[in-house]
Parts: sequence; C-alpha cells; structure tokens
Amino acid sequence: MGLDQILALLQTALELGLISSLTVLALFLSYSMLNVCDLSTDGCFTLGAVVGAAVAISGHPYLSIPAAMLAGVASGFITAILQTKMGVNSLLAGIIVNTGLYSVNIAIMGGSSILNMNKADTVFTAVKSALAKINLSEQYKLAVAAAAVVIIAVLLGLFLKTRLGLAIRATGDNPDMVRSSSINPVFTTIIGLCVANSFTALSGCLLAQAQKSVNIDIGGGMVTIALASLLIGNVFLGKKKMPLRIAGMVLGAFVFRLVYTIALRFNMPAFMLKLVSSVIVVAAISIPYIKQQLPLIKRRLESRKREGNANA
Amino acid sequence: MLRVDNITKSFSVGTETRRALDGVSLNVKKGDFITIIGANGAGKSTLFNAIAGSFITDSGTISLDGRDITLMSEYKRAHSIGRLFQDPMRGSAPGMTIEENLALAAGSGKWLSRVSKRDRELFREKVSMLGMGLEDRFDQSVGGLSGGQRQALTLIMATINPPKLLLLDEHTAALDPGAAEKILRVTDSIIREHNLTCLMITHNMQSALELGNRTIMMDKGKIVTDVSGNERAALTVNDLLLRFREISGKALDNDRMLLI
Repeated sequence: MGLDQILALLQTALELGLISSLTVLALFLSYSMLNVCDLSTDGCFTLGAVVGAAVAISGHPYLSIPAAMLAGVASGFITAILQTKMGVNSLLAGIIVNTGLYSVNIAIMGGSSILNMNKADTVFTAVKSALAKINLSEQYKLAVAAAAVVIIAVLLGLFLKTRLGLAIRATGDNPDMVRSSSINPVFTTIIGLCVANSFTALSGCLLAQAQKSVNIDIGGGMVTIALASLLIGNVFLGKKKMPLRIAGMVLGAFVFRLVYTIALRFNMPAFMLKLVSSVIVVAAISIPYIKQQLPLIKRRLESRKREGNANA
Repeated sequence: MLRVDNITKSFSVGTETRRALDGVSLNVKKGDFITIIGANGAGKSTLFNAIAGSFITDSGTISLDGRDITLMSEYKRAHSIGRLFQDPMRGSAPGMTIEENLALAAGSGKWLSRVSKRDRELFREKVSMLGMGLEDRFDQSVGGLSGGQRQALTLIMATINPPKLLLLDEHTAALDPGAAEKILRVTDSIIREHNLTCLMITHNMQSALELGNRTIMMDKGKIVTDVSGNERAALTVNDLLLRFREISGKALDNDRMLLI
C-alpha cells in the first residue's frame, strides 16, 4: 500500500468518523450523562437525513441543517415525554418512536424509500465551490465535518458546565439529589434528549449530504455503532475531565471507522460492519464485568477441585 | 411555620393495607428544633416523606409558612425544605466534582449560568467550616469521598441556601462514631447560626433529649408523646423508655435504640 493510499484511507475514516461522532456525542449526552439508553437513535438519524435531504432538494442547502436539527429536537421531545409523563418504559419509548419514525421518514421522502441529491445543492457542494478558490476542494467533506464537530463539541462542553448542564449530568447520576436541588428531573430529561437527538439528526443530515443520497436504511444500527465508538472513546479518555472526555468521543468514532476501513482493505465484506460493532459493544461492556467475576469463578473451581481430591 | 393537620397515608403490601400515618397533626414554630424518636416502622421517616413531598398524603393538609403545600411536588417543596438521609450516598452525585455538586445545590443564577468566582469563594468558605480539608479538593469527584465526608458535604449543600425547614433523618446513623459526632456538632452549629427550624429523627435517646427544644415520640403512625420546656428538661432517658412502654405496651427495640 502506497502513501497515497494510506492517506486516502485515513481521510475516508476521518470524514466518516467525524460525521458519525456527532451521533456518538448524542449518546454521550443521553447514555453517559442522563443514563437513558435512547433506542430512537436509528430512526432519528434517518429523520435528520431525510429532512436535510428534502430541504436541500427544495433549494435551501443551508436551511437543511437547522431543519434537520429541529426535527431531531421534536423526535427527542416525543421520546422524552413518553418516558417521563406517560408511563412508558424508557427503552420501550425509544423503540416505539423508532418504529413510528419509519413511516414519518418515508412520508417525508414522498412515499419513496430513497432520495437522490445528485443535482441538488448541499452544504458540501457549497463548501466545495468555496474551497476550489484555494485549491483545497478535495478536502471539502473533511472541512464540513470537522467544522460541525468542532462547533458541536465546544458547545456541548460549554453546555455541560452550565447549571442546566450540571443538572442533566446529575439526573443520570443521582435523581434524588436533583430533586432536592429544586430541579425537576423530568425537565432535565426532556432537555437532554432534545439536545442529544438534534445532534443525531445533524449527523444523519451530514452523512446523507456527503454521500448525495439517502435511503430509509441509512440509520440502521447507528445506535450500536455509536455505542461501540463511545465505549472505545471511554477506554482512551473516559476517566479524564469533561473536555477530554468529549474529545475522547470523537477519537472513539475515528478509531472505530479506521479499524473498519482497514478491515475492508483486508477484504472484510462491508456487510460485516454491524456484526463487528455489536461484538465491540458486547466486549466493551462485558469484559470489565467478567474480569470482576473472575476471582470468584477461580475460587469456586479451586474449591471444587479440592473437594474432588478429598473424595478420591 | 409548619402545620401538619391530620394527615394519613396507607401503603398496600400485597392484599394487606397498612396505615403508615394515622392522623398525624403537628404544629412547628419558627426556630423550633424538634427531635423525633420511635421504634422501627413507627412512621417517622414516612412523616418526613409526607412533609418533603416524596408522596402525596391520602388525606389531611400540610402548610409551610402559611402556604398550603399538600399537593405540591417534591422538587418545588425543596426550595424551602432541606433534607438529609441516613444513607450518605443519597444526597450527592458521585460522578460529579465537589464544586459541581455545590453549584447545583446553591442553584443561584439562570439555567445557562456557570460557577462564578464569587460562588467558588462562598463554597470554599462554607466547606472549610467542616474542617475536613474538602475545600482543597473541589475538583475531585464526590464518589471518592468517605461516608462521613459525603454526609458533611450534603449538610453544606442542604443548608447553603438556608431552608425554611430542615429534615434530618438519622443522618449520622450510618457513620462511624467519630464522624457521627463531628457531623452532629456541625449540624448543631449551622442550625444555631441560621436559627433554622429543624426536625431530626434519631435513635440516640441521649441526643434526642440534649439537642433541640422539643421531643416527639411516634408509634404505629401516631404521635404519642410531645414534650418541651420544663417537662422535657426534667426528663431522663429512663423516663422516656418507661413512657414508651406505657403507651405501646412493649419495650423499645433495644437492638437499634442507643440508650446512652
């Protein structure tokens, strides 16, 4: 493999890693901070993609970004209301919204399950023509993705330091303490899920525009892929202070994509992506657990052996 | 100040219904420091849950400072009611730093405000009062503190904006004797400093009589004894035990009561 190929490979991993890191940041907020496993992520990712695509196709490339994010806020709001105000179990709330979004997404695409943006202006084409003036047009995807991630990561870092941000973090950590600080954990859960889902939708919107098309399956398995990236990020920077933990999420997304891209080079079929991400999630969650159990298992085995010897 | 008027609360366990609060009325004056004793299951913590709003009572009314709070939700009542539990882990968020916990409890400013230098100075001043050196560990996460340190921090958090009413639910019972003694001393000085109105559940009969200005005994969801003033000053631990036996027809469960 030549240097050019390695650089191209790195660039692809970086582009896709950066775009998907927005979903990882969303899960960082919902899963790591609020302690809610938001299973509407797949549908919300697709929602952002289709809303962004539809708005871009209608001739408003810049408007597509806030439109997609607003759609994400709406989706997060419904998921949050279901679990805080209507007695629906939080996992179930996500699954229900995810299912409902399938119909919504197809409806937004006008009944079709695929939308093409080949002729539409998108944020990416706009930046591409701007960068052409300084001979950097090949890096346009990278530029857009990096700008989006930097803006969102910085805003998230600042947000988590505010009183509202602290309240959201405490909601996942100790809801009793939130209540005794005169803050309603229902309110913090709603805000947290709205913000998180706006990131997820932005992530979907950018991926669709980067690949100039969207189909109904674009978000399939995103929650597991993002969770895998999140757990990888935690391995690197999980114990550090907040700004580094956020950077760790982006790093995790990049490492995940890099490993995946390399695996593709070594002829792993593309359809293996989802199995690989599932295995990573299981491994990252289970290994620490099993490690903890190991001494006990060892002692049990030894004691059984001793008993066997005594009986013999 | 606090007026509890004939409140009841029943809990169903399986097919059985148990009356945890059976027509409790209590009138607390501003500046009162009331100690509450009673056997396990007498309804002491249930009374606190009712006052703090952890559940809504089945009947009766509760008002605080002339305002009816009977149906108000727990987080809203928390504006005026501070509370400490026996479990030192309940009052603070382990994954957040000491400063972040204090910032949430202090709750000053708007939703998007951040901890200011002035806030930090206030926190430092309050925390240094504990004499535990926590003021130099503001960036450490609370999960790494000992039970005593966490309960001390919770005490500061609950009183950083002096509440109208402070509820202490055996807040030193889970601590080692040294830490318990220290927390109790700090509690007493904070209550005096702000002239807080306070209810304290305790299993320590001695401190029930020594601390505060009034003592209540509960049994089977009712207040059965209420002493203050000269009558209380003359009361000994033995008198209290005797009184309990007369009323309930049985001895206090000695395994949990501290008689000394």
